[in-house]
Amino acid sequence: MSVLRVEQLNKTFAAGGMFKAIGKAKRAVIDTSFDLQAGETLAIVGESGSGKSTTARLAMQLLTPDSGQIYWAGENVTRLRGAELRKRRSHIQMVFQDPYASLNPRMKIWQSVAEGLRVHRPEMTNSQRRDKVAETLALCGLDDSGMDRYPHQFSGGQRQRIGIARALIVEPKVLVLDEPVSALDVSVQAQILNLLKEIQLNTNLAYLFISHDLSVVRHIADRVSVMFAGQVVEQGKVADIFGHCAHPYTRALLDARPIRHPDERNRDDVVMVIGEGMSDTGCAYQPRCAFKRDGCADFDGTLNAQGCACLYPLSVRS
Amino acid sequence: MKWLESGEVIRHTAAMLELSDLSLSVSIQGKRVDAVSAVSLCLQPGRVLGLVGESGCGKSLTAQAILRLGEHQGVEKSSGDIRLDGKSLFAMSNEQLRTVRGGHIAMIFQEPMTALNPVFSIGSQIIEVIRLHLDLTKQQARQRAIDLLQDVGMQDAEQVLKQYPDALSGGMRQRVLIAMAMAADPDYIIADEPTTALDVSVQKRIIALLLDLQKKRNLGLLLVTHDFGLVAEMCDDVAVMYAGQIVESGSVSEIFDHPAHPYTRALMGCRPEVSLPGKPLPVISGQVPPPGRWPSGCHFAKRCPLAKDDCSHPVAADVWSRANHVTRCLHVGENS
Repeated sequence: MSVLRVEQLNKTFAAGGMFKAIGKAKRAVIDTSFDLQAGETLAIVGESGSGKSTTARLAMQLLTPDSGQIYWAGENVTRLRGAELRKRRSHIQMVFQDPYASLNPRMKIWQSVAEGLRVHRPEMTNSQRRDKVAETLALCGLDDSGMDRYPHQFSGGQRQRIGIARALIVEPKVLVLDEPVSALDVSVQAQILNLLKEIQLNTNLAYLFISHDLSVVRHIADRVSVMFAGQVVEQGKVADIFGHCAHPYTRALLDARPIRHPDERNRDDVVMVIGEGMSDTGCAYQPRCAFKRDGCADFDGTLNAQGCACLYPLSVRS
Repeated sequence: MKWLESGEVIRHTAAMLELSDLSLSVSIQGKRVDAVSAVSLCLQPGRVLGLVGESGCGKSLTAQAILRLGEHQGVEKSSGDIRLDGKSLFAMSNEQLRTVRGGHIAMIFQEPMTALNPVFSIGSQIIEVIRLHLDLTKQQARQRAIDLLQDVGMQDAEQVLKQYPDALSGGMRQRVLIAMAMAADPDYIIADEPTTALDVSVQKRIIALLLDLQKKRNLGLLLVTHDFGLVAEMCDDVAVMYAGQIVESGSVSEIFDHPAHPYTRALMGCRPEVSLPGKPLPVISGQVPPPGRWPSGCHFAKRCPLAKDDCSHPVAADVWSRANHVTRCLHVGENS
């Protein structure tokens, strides 16, 4: 069942303030579509500024798209506003990157976690809310002894568990995770990734997983969308993307992953990103592409049937 | 440091930056407690040493202490010494320290966004550093700045000199900072997570640049990182820190092929890049004890699958050793 679908989303940020007259509008997201099924994890990867977080915020209706459609559980919510939208927000919830910044330092843990209930379950009594918080914290591997403590009394990993509990408490069907483990140490990261997998197995939750770390993506995701300059340049199953990707940018991202062993130094088949910046016309990746050829300057960047936006794909997928 | 040259103990040779039994204390709720405990490291020209550990293990405090930074934030040396070519940094006057900082030992920080002053042009910031250390005219310093920027891979160096930090990308800013670190031809570079704030594709190029400069200039590079991938890519030697102590050190191939300390093994094992698909990632149970609450024996004992009764007594840094490899563990090779 499709729990989240977006079609042809576009979003442009106008230059504002002092620079309104001379500034250039930035096309943050261009013609982006994807479909997310229950129980599935779709990762959006790309470098900073590629539009991956903007895409997630559009899908959550935290930003209004210039054009395109957004469906939550099959219902078109693109035009919904105010109370109508608020009623449906429990469907899709978010976990933020920085567990230090995303919890109110003056609120007790249970109050922070219970906030969603105040909006979505106003009929609940205080003690019912506390019970629900304890139950959700337990789901995230925390016992109820910390409920009346404050965020600073917890470690980074525990705070991220609290952040996940806060998103889960309204029983969403989709969780948007924006770099949920990149602020954590590698040993803590492993715990949180395991927890996310476990929760998904038990609840059939769908994850939209925003990340720049391809090793993490490989571990957690079922499908991947690679974004560059606001556009999806390649999408496919994890096994396909990691096994034989077709877009030069995907290849460069994969090759830029840290090596696993010193013996892998000086590999000579590594595709490096050359140059900087992006092109406003034709294929946006041209200035950095090691495989640029005739026709790239006129390519409109649409995905082919195999899910790759490149005139000269590196491999042909079946 | 005997593993450096097959059993031979090297001390006070000419060119070397040496930390011996360095302990650093911080103030926690009015009490002085050690945050770094008896760390010994040796950095030699032409070699790259990785100092690896998770946040709070004391790796950055150690690295900053080499330039005697952090003292105004209440970090104090409680014992041990740091010697540059045999001379103690703690016996130096402020004036001598100023020549050491940047002149002999330079530092590259993690955040290229905050390490540059936004209201001065790139040129004026580099030229300031050059003229502080070298006796050059403005014109000569400007030429040197251009050369340095070209060395770090910026083609239109003249243009970059006129720009302000906000006009540059993160990768470009990190290049500028590397150029500044090279300004006075230092012998040693301390790089604290130099690529962590950058995009992956940019990381790879900064790594290549750092290694290239390190080889060309025969620099001794101390790389402070939490990332074993970066260690695999850059280092000749590795020291792994846990809760203020070095728990294992050795050559990079020894540490990757035969990690001996249970903490090193666990830390390497929980990386998603070496995980098995579909299997949960291995985890380390429990939490790192904060400074002031370290156990009297092995700091890792509480979380260690191999811990026995004898782990409650202090364990020497080199209780287990072989060529190019020492480990602070009594039970290397035993099964849990």
